[in-house]
Amino acid sequence: MEMPFSSGNYLRGVPFPFCAGCGGTTVANVFLRAVHELGHRNLQGFVFCSGIGCSSWIPSPHFKADSIHTTHGRSIPVATGVKLMRPNLNVVVFGGDGDIVGIGLGHLIHAARRNLDVTVIMVNNMIYGMTGGQVAPTTPQEVKTSTTPYGGFERPLDAVSLVASAGASYAARVTTAHIQQLKGTIKKALKTKGFSFIEVVSQCPTAYGRRAGFKNAGEMLHWMRDHSISIREAQKLSENEVKGKIVIGDFVDRKLPTLTERIQSTIKKASKDGPD
Amino acid sequence: MAGHLSSGTHFLQGNEAIAEAAMIAGCRFFAGYPITPASEISEYLATHLPKIGGIMIQMEDEIASIGAIIGASWAGAKAMTATSGPGFSLMQENIGYAFMTETPCVVVDVQRSGPSTGQATKCAQGDVMQSRWGTHGDYASIVLSPNSVEEMFYLTIHAFNLAEQYRTPVILLADEIVAHMREQIHIPPAESIDIVNRRKPKTQEERFFGGEEVPPMPSIGEGHNVAVTGSTHDEFGRRFTADPGVHQNLVTRLVGKIRNNAELVMDFEAYNATDCEIGFITYGCTSRAAYEAIEMARNNGINAGLIRLKTLWPFPERIVQSMARNAKKIIVPEMNVQQLFFEVERATKGATEVIPVNKIGGGEMLTPEELYSQLKGSEN
Ligand SMILES: Cc1ncc(C[n+]2csc(CCOP(=O)(O)OP(=O)(O)O)c2C)c(N)n1
Ligand code: SF4
Repeated sequence: MEMPFSSGNYLRGVPFPFCAGCGGTTVANVFLRAVHELGHRNLQGFVFCSGIGCSSWIPSPHFKADSIHTTHGRSIPVATGVKLMRPNLNVVVFGGDGDIVGIGLGHLIHAARRNLDVTVIMVNNMIYGMTGGQVAPTTPQEVKTSTTPYGGFERPLDAVSLVASAGASYAARVTTAHIQQLKGTIKKALKTKGFSFIEVVSQCPTAYGRRAGFKNAGEMLHWMRDHSISIREAQKLSENEVKGKIVIGDFVDRKLPTLTERIQSTIKKASKDGPD
Repeated sequence: MAGHLSSGTHFLQGNEAIAEAAMIAGCRFFAGYPITPASEISEYLATHLPKIGGIMIQMEDEIASIGAIIGASWAGAKAMTATSGPGFSLMQENIGYAFMTETPCVVVDVQRSGPSTGQATKCAQGDVMQSRWGTHGDYASIVLSPNSVEEMFYLTIHAFNLAEQYRTPVILLADEIVAHMREQIHIPPAESIDIVNRRKPKTQEERFFGGEEVPPMPSIGEGHNVAVTGSTHDEFGRRFTADPGVHQNLVTRLVGKIRNNAELVMDFEAYNATDCEIGFITYGCTSRAAYEAIEMARNNGINAGLIRLKTLWPFPERIVQSMARNAKKIIVPEMNVQQLFFEVERATKGATEVIPVNKIGGGEMLTPEELYSQLKGSEN
């Protein structure tokens, strides 16, 4: 009974504008495979919100679905309004690390705290790709960028731990070098009740790769594969031993009351007896 | 549409009148962030919106608040946010986004003293130009200016109606004095209030971002595969980030749908406006003193007139020009250091002398006596 995957069910046919070897294309394709494997024949019932940046172009206008391409960093507030008024839709946010944890970080943490039932997929290419390679809140300190030509002076952010501690139902990290795991993680996130967050460490050969000393996307993928360790392994190691590694896996996966549940019960209460 | 109060006479605060009117206009989603002198709007809606199945959520800031109402609007809801100067500044980028994506929504700015935190609890009229030119790029805005509690009520409903009709954000530019005063208002029976709802598409294939002046607006979740973007797009929502023609078509239409309908949108109250020797152009709380000054002038045989703008933008320039034809002088009283004054000067093109009268600080209104003495002093 398994239907074969056909991209025409999910894509409008507008070609992705990404550079050759860009991880954004991988994330888009794996996402659609995951949706297919969950039994969705098309993207009806989904709404995609994204901000500004290469990664924000993953759904818009490529996915054959409703999509709202918002201002830079503001996809999560827009998704909040959408989800609260249409609780039955699957609301998925795509964005880059600059979009989600640079300019938009406050919104991410508050959405996690509220346990808003949306899925946020952050493509962490460790750089501001669209604007040409400036330092991001996720850039490793030793990598020189166009705005940190002597190397960085800030510590990169661990977005997954932050989201986990803020109260999300689900938070995970994975890379574009782990396709099967990425697909499984997306499926899990989409099935989660409450806030689900995936950080996909990804390759931007154009704006990041050459600055970090990689010859091409293939080298970057090898590096990611070789430098990833599972969270279970990482927990057995000292902080120093984990340094420089990409810790992947589920950081939290739990059942918590969601924002829509709480709001619906407030409405029920208010319409019955008022606030006094 | 249901509000909280039944029809009849009520004694309400200006901010409560906004909140009540919003519910009657069909608002079912409100997102906001606390700020004096606008907070009573969200407090009222927090209590009463859930009773009619609506949602009020306090967001983490004003950027998120306007983001959330944009999302709710695309989800099919009538949506509103309310703030004051500092929050209004934070909203500007997404006000431009709502304009560009033709997202109906209502933004209330209860003006207080600025710039910056200024005198946070005190009244001012300093956001007149920001309400017109606050976001970047080419655009046109619809800005309404109420001067009484009852008008807070009616212009809020009107703001929703204009937003739905023209698919654009509408700004209700209130001020601290009108927001915090309490007056008697009459709420008419619901069926006698005109409510406008956005035009929905009839088929799946329609163009939602062009093809006509105000295209129909689908909601997400209805199978239209609508692609909303604040980047330049064609009538199907397809992004064109370099094509000059697409940008020109889009922005010309967006500005045009307000400019071409300006006569329909603009609203004012005129008293002896076209035959007076000295006239006031006034709006908001300041107009209350201007009416009294006119009364004093009449009792003293001065031929004075008044135009009170209910629509600041688009600027009702024709009526202002007709006043300028006969009036020797036009006085523009404002609680700022001259803002609408410049627009009056521009519109009257030197036909008459335009005199600014300004007062700022401490939230103190221009008094009827001050305005009357200006009238008297301008007589010869
Ligand atoms: C308010 C605002 N500030 C700055 C920009 C310019 N800008 C466009 S994309 C971007 C960052 C892109 O980085 P990221 O979000 O990580 O996405 P990527 O392109 O790397 O996928 C910036 C700063 C903007 N569009 N809006
Ligand atoms: S600049 Fe980087 S992130 Fe953007 S499309 Fe090219 S490779 Fe991808």
